[in-house]
Amino acid sequence: MSDIFQVTLFTLGIALLGTMLIVPPGVALGWALARRRWPGKAVVETLVALPLVIPPVATGLVLLKLFGRHGALGRLFENVFGVEIAFTWRAVVLATGVMAFPLLVRTARVAFEEVPVRLEGVARTLGAGPLRVFFTITVPLARRGLMAGCVLAFARALGEFGATVMVAGMIPGRTITLALGIYNDVLLGNDGAAFRLLAISVALAFAAVALSEWLTRRHAP
Amino acid sequence: MTLALHGVRLRAGGFTLEIEAEFTARVTGLFGASGSGKTTLVEIIAGLRRPDAGRICLGDTVLTEVASGVSLPPERRRIGYVPQDAALFPHLSVDGNLRFAERRAGAAGEAFSRSHVCTVLGIGGLLSRRVTDLSGGERQRVALARALVSAPRLLLLDEPLAGIDASLKEAILPYLQRIRDEFAVPMVYVSHAAQEMIALCDDLAVLSSGRLLQLGAIDEVFRQPATPEVARIVGVETVQPARLVEVRDGLATVSLGPVSLSALATDLPHGTTAVLVSIRAEDVILIKDAGAVQTSARNHLTGTVRAIVPAGPIVRIELDCGFPLVAMLTRQSVEELQLAPGVRVSALVKAPHVHLIVRG
Repeated sequence: MSDIFQVTLFTLGIALLGTMLIVPPGVALGWALARRRWPGKAVVETLVALPLVIPPVATGLVLLKLFGRHGALGRLFENVFGVEIAFTWRAVVLATGVMAFPLLVRTARVAFEEVPVRLEGVARTLGAGPLRVFFTITVPLARRGLMAGCVLAFARALGEFGATVMVAGMIPGRTITLALGIYNDVLLGNDGAAFRLLAISVALAFAAVALSEWLTRRHAP
Repeated sequence: MTLALHGVRLRAGGFTLEIEAEFTARVTGLFGASGSGKTTLVEIIAGLRRPDAGRICLGDTVLTEVASGVSLPPERRRIGYVPQDAALFPHLSVDGNLRFAERRAGAAGEAFSRSHVCTVLGIGGLLSRRVTDLSGGERQRVALARALVSAPRLLLLDEPLAGIDASLKEAILPYLQRIRDEFAVPMVYVSHAAQEMIALCDDLAVLSSGRLLQLGAIDEVFRQPATPEVARIVGVETVQPARLVEVRDGLATVSLGPVSLSALATDLPHGTTAVLVSIRAEDVILIKDAGAVQTSARNHLTGTVRAIVPAGPIVRIELDCGFPLVAMLTRQSVEELQLAPGVRVSALVKAPHVHLIVRG
């Protein structure tokens, strides 16, 4: 039982951390895609969308090659910060974050596109600089979309399997999340345990949806 | 304060805006049909669009100088901008909208304090309301107040009355006049409604296809449109081709087929023969049984009423005087004269009201 408790908390923590880490760059990129024209925009768009299109296991493979012991980024982290990424909880955060990133960026982009540019323009004529306009006009008006993007990203992070299993492995007590746990239990023939994890997953999904409803309604006009 | 636009050019799609002008009046009206470039010009002045070329100054401040790469960002121009749909921030209350603008004002904003502005515009009772609950007229007043609270050096009003029904318009016009008289902020007022212009503006700039056709005192532009296009845009009702017969003692005689008209012969280049005659419908006086009446009007035409078209409190009378002539009368006058299609009347037009526009 404590096992289930640990896996649930671990999964929630990972998904939360993964989402929080991708929100600043994801929202910024969503804004840049919605509002700016820049060279290489199409390339970046495609790269960001890639994890949505290719099999998650393939994304995991790329991450493993990059962040593994002999990977360029893996070595960098080990030498500079003295931390290992692959096959640790950090790899789980990495995999869930990367997989959730495109969903957040796309939703944020649409949310920003729906904010009338003219409102931002008028705000600037009233004396507000670009940063103040962004935080006091753009973000509040894009609030629902941004919130939906975060919930979507969080939900994706909760259920991520393919990329995680590649880059983090299935190490009980260290890298096993709900999704990995279900698979692992079925493999070992512990169908009962698998179903308990399934029930928790469903409960979490309901809670996430309820939370997002509450968050978007709270300030609604 | 002078708003100077020198060689301002912007190409967008198939449309080119090219403006050379200095706005010096308290209120300059920017008149033109939709698509003439009014909003584009206003956005350029506000700093929301960058022109391809040109220099824009407000007083001593250079707002834009393309050649030297100067472009003051909109937040540092101190130019208030009220677009047609008011563009209130929907996530803030009325008070929140005003406070958003207030931050910049600082010490310069004594005269533009929130309480004073609210009093002038009569929105003190709306402060706690949600912006989405306001009526069209209230929304425009809040937008005006918000622009004023930011202590602007220039106000750009882009068709603020366009989306509002006629009765409300009349209720809001006085507020605009009060802004003009209370705050000493020069305004550029965009519209295509002649009545609003007359009620509010000192000068009028007529814009068509991205070009400034005429800029001058409003009565001058209305009475003496510089080109047939200006006449059509500002709504002079009668524009007819004619031939210049003679000029004597400053008075020109022109013939429109069988009819002769007298007009003032100012600024007629030597050798002019082909002219356009323009007569504002408001300047035509109709009388019945004119036989014994003596008047000072130089032009005494007889004609038949062809059609009577009511246009609000005013009625538009279309006459045939040997050429089509339009007169605007009040409904009372039409009733008293018992005008109806087929009735014969005399039309009087003073010579100064017959405007000659040299052709080609």
